[in-house]
Amino acid sequence: MTQPSPEVPPQKKHVPVWAQAIVWVGVIALFGVVALGLRRTQQGTVQVGETAPDFTLTTFPGYDYEGVSQVKLSDLKGKIVVINFWASWCKPCEQEANDLEEAWRIYQPEGDVVFLGVDYVDTEPEALGYLEKFDITFANGADLGTRISQAFRIKGVPETYFIDRDGVIHYIQVGPFQSLSQITSVIDSLKAK
Amino acid sequence: MKRHLWLLPILLVLSALWAGTAFAQDPTPSDNEVNRIAKQLFCPVCENTPLDVCPTQACAQWRALIREKLAAGWTDEQIKQYFVDQYGARVLSEPPRTGLNWLVYLVPPILFVVGVVILVRTFRPSKEAAVEDASHASSEVSPISSEPASDEYVARLEDELKKRK
Repeated sequence: MTQPSPEVPPQKKHVPVWAQAIVWVGVIALFGVVALGLRRTQQGTVQVGETAPDFTLTTFPGYDYEGVSQVKLSDLKGKIVVINFWASWCKPCEQEANDLEEAWRIYQPEGDVVFLGVDYVDTEPEALGYLEKFDITFANGADLGTRISQAFRIKGVPETYFIDRDGVIHYIQVGPFQSLSQITSVIDSLKAK
Repeated sequence: MKRHLWLLPILLVLSALWAGTAFAQDPTPSDNEVNRIAKQLFCPVCENTPLDVCPTQACAQWRALIREKLAAGWTDEQIKQYFVDQYGARVLSEPPRTGLNWLVYLVPPILFVVGVVILVRTFRPSKEAAVEDASHASSEVSPISSEPASDEYVARLEDELKKRK
């Protein structure tokens, strides 16, 4: 009878330190990128009470604001600003187009209320056709590079933001307005502040 | 001469046809040419939908825009840059090779190579292990001779077994 050979512990294969370091750095970097993306996704839109993100709107030909084709939001401090995100392919946007234009015509003579239309991921010919169709006269421009919509973190169109004279978001309308009075009541409350 | 006057109207008609071909319009880009660019772009509104297969009206408008730019002589790169300027870099199916975007191109192949190296080193038997195995095999005899107590035990066991037979 042979003696059982003493057990030899299995030879451990050591992973090089440099390889471990690369893998861990890669995994941590990947988690970091995912975390940043999730944080941004869960941030939601800008909230009432926050300062409205500053932006510059390049207007369509014929749709500038008082002769200015590059309208900067921070230059409008002291005025009440209504920012409306829309698109020509957006059917709900058509529901409120007439009411927005009517509200603009009510407050335009006073000079302290500004309407800005931001055209979201659209083509210029279609956008201009939409503005003509609804006889829109207030300042409108394309959201170039989607910078403005990303700054406001909008979820879709239409969305409308009412900014007070200090540049703070006073009210947010997600979806189309149901009536002209819905728009005027918000503006009147801002004027009364 | 008068016998050949009947040829004159025929010649006039033929010359008009010939002149007409000099004003032929630029050919409209084909669907394949439009989709060649559209498949390199994502719908700016729909999530992860390539522009060439997106069924919405908005996507049809963007494909028409590509067709219009191609007909105007724009190159593929010019059209893609136009879309980036209008809708942001996210419309590109392939991230631009700038700034932190380089991580997308470099990290996966680096991690793949590192993974292969780890696997190879883990499963390839090393020479050192082979040498150690050989030394263990040669020393298997010595434990028996170095353990006289167990030899004695084995011997007694064998004696007992013989008695019982």
